[in-house]
Amino acid sequence: MEEYKPPALPSPFNNTTPPPTLLTQGAEAHLYKTTSLNPSIPAALKIRPSKPYRHPILDRRLTRARITQEARCLAKLVREGVSVPALLALDWEGHGGEEGGWGGAWLMMEWIEGDVVRVALEKWEAWMKKASLDDEQTQAQEARVRALMRKMGAAIGALHKAGVVHGDLTTSNLMLRPVDENDTNEVGLDGDVVLIDFGLASQSAQDEDRAVDLYVLERAIASTHPRSEGLAEDLIIGYRDSYKGAPSALKRLEDVRLRGRKRSMLG
Amino acid sequence: MASSLETIDLPHLPSLPVHVAVYQNVQNAAFLKSQLLAGQPEYEYAFIDASMVLSRAHVIAAVFRALNDYAHNRLKSHNVHSEIVFSLNPTNNIAESFRRFGISDSTQDLLVIKVSTSSEITHDTVAAHLSSAVEGTSVSFDDQTLFEFSDINKIKKSYKLGALPSPTKATDQVASKENVETKQRLENALLGAIALRGS
Repeated sequence: MEEYKPPALPSPFNNTTPPPTLLTQGAEAHLYKTTSLNPSIPAALKIRPSKPYRHPILDRRLTRARITQEARCLAKLVREGVSVPALLALDWEGHGGEEGGWGGAWLMMEWIEGDVVRVALEKWEAWMKKASLDDEQTQAQEARVRALMRKMGAAIGALHKAGVVHGDLTTSNLMLRPVDENDTNEVGLDGDVVLIDFGLASQSAQDEDRAVDLYVLERAIASTHPRSEGLAEDLIIGYRDSYKGAPSALKRLEDVRLRGRKRSMLG
Repeated sequence: MASSLETIDLPHLPSLPVHVAVYQNVQNAAFLKSQLLAGQPEYEYAFIDASMVLSRAHVIAAVFRALNDYAHNRLKSHNVHSEIVFSLNPTNNIAESFRRFGISDSTQDLLVIKVSTSSEITHDTVAAHLSSAVEGTSVSFDDQTLFEFSDINKIKKSYKLGALPSPTKATDQVASKENVETKQRLENALLGAIALRGS
């Protein structure tokens, strides 16, 4: 197998020392860790490379629309005090003209320490498997997960209250930022819930969009964390009290559960 | 006059060192402004009214945006120094950005920025020129000083962030966890506005 080589970094990050390190790669973007504009503080750098198979003008237009949409959502949520990474810098223009130039875009965000909730829950589930706990201890452990689910519900409620829907809520797009950095508890479920990856987010206050956000997350929990599935009802409890529009979004969630994420197969 | 001119190599843009100085109680703001408007090459600086600046990160976000645009040949204003002032503005109106953030006749506390766009511009040449050109007390470019000079209400108004809580400058509360978070939230909102201008 040939080793995978990510596309060359765009200017100015081809001058960065040390070079940004690639963390993950999706179909639309590469995520790097690098330094913020303050050399002692790290940052996350999301780069949307241009797609050579698209017409260059269309490609730039799509890339620009998507990166600015994500950036606008982040900036709005920061203003509203929702727990998301701050937008630090942005470039949607690419450079060097339509042909031969770089038609991509990039977005620099605050670096969030900690695990994503998926990893935190996996650690907890693995630990639960090994530990032989009596009923009382098991219940105490499950109470920790329930508390986390409530915090997740409240964080999503704050997001929806601000008029934004995430579009791709999974336990991989929720992070747990440790409150105390010295806390090295192996199976830590404490910390602040931070929402990340607004690549598919949009501004919406419709019950339908909000309900789909919750539904997608419920399904993600059920499929990736079977042990925690029964605890996900606390997600809804945390959400219900988080803002005024929550009950009506939850009512819609009941319909969405019956029919699935897509509204209709007809028409 | 001893000057504390700080030279910063911005991460990601190491080829464009940035020289920053802050002056308190400036006596010749009108003169500096007139030289700038007359297009005197030796007075080509970003002269910024320090009351419109919250913190180092606020300034550096605008400098980075201007330098990145400069490096990619897409300045919207005359030169990289006017572009720094323009980059502080949340909207695309260049004249308005100078009125809001640039030096005015009544400016008391002044932030001065010069970019080494050629090898002739060095820390020493900038320091020498500034110490003779600016009549004021040189102070350090740090968060505490900038926060003291800042006019929070004016900054919030310019960025249309009136709904955000204001950090306090009261000495007994300034370092409290809550106040630090309030200031951070305002700063993050400013950085977002700078990044998004024109999008």
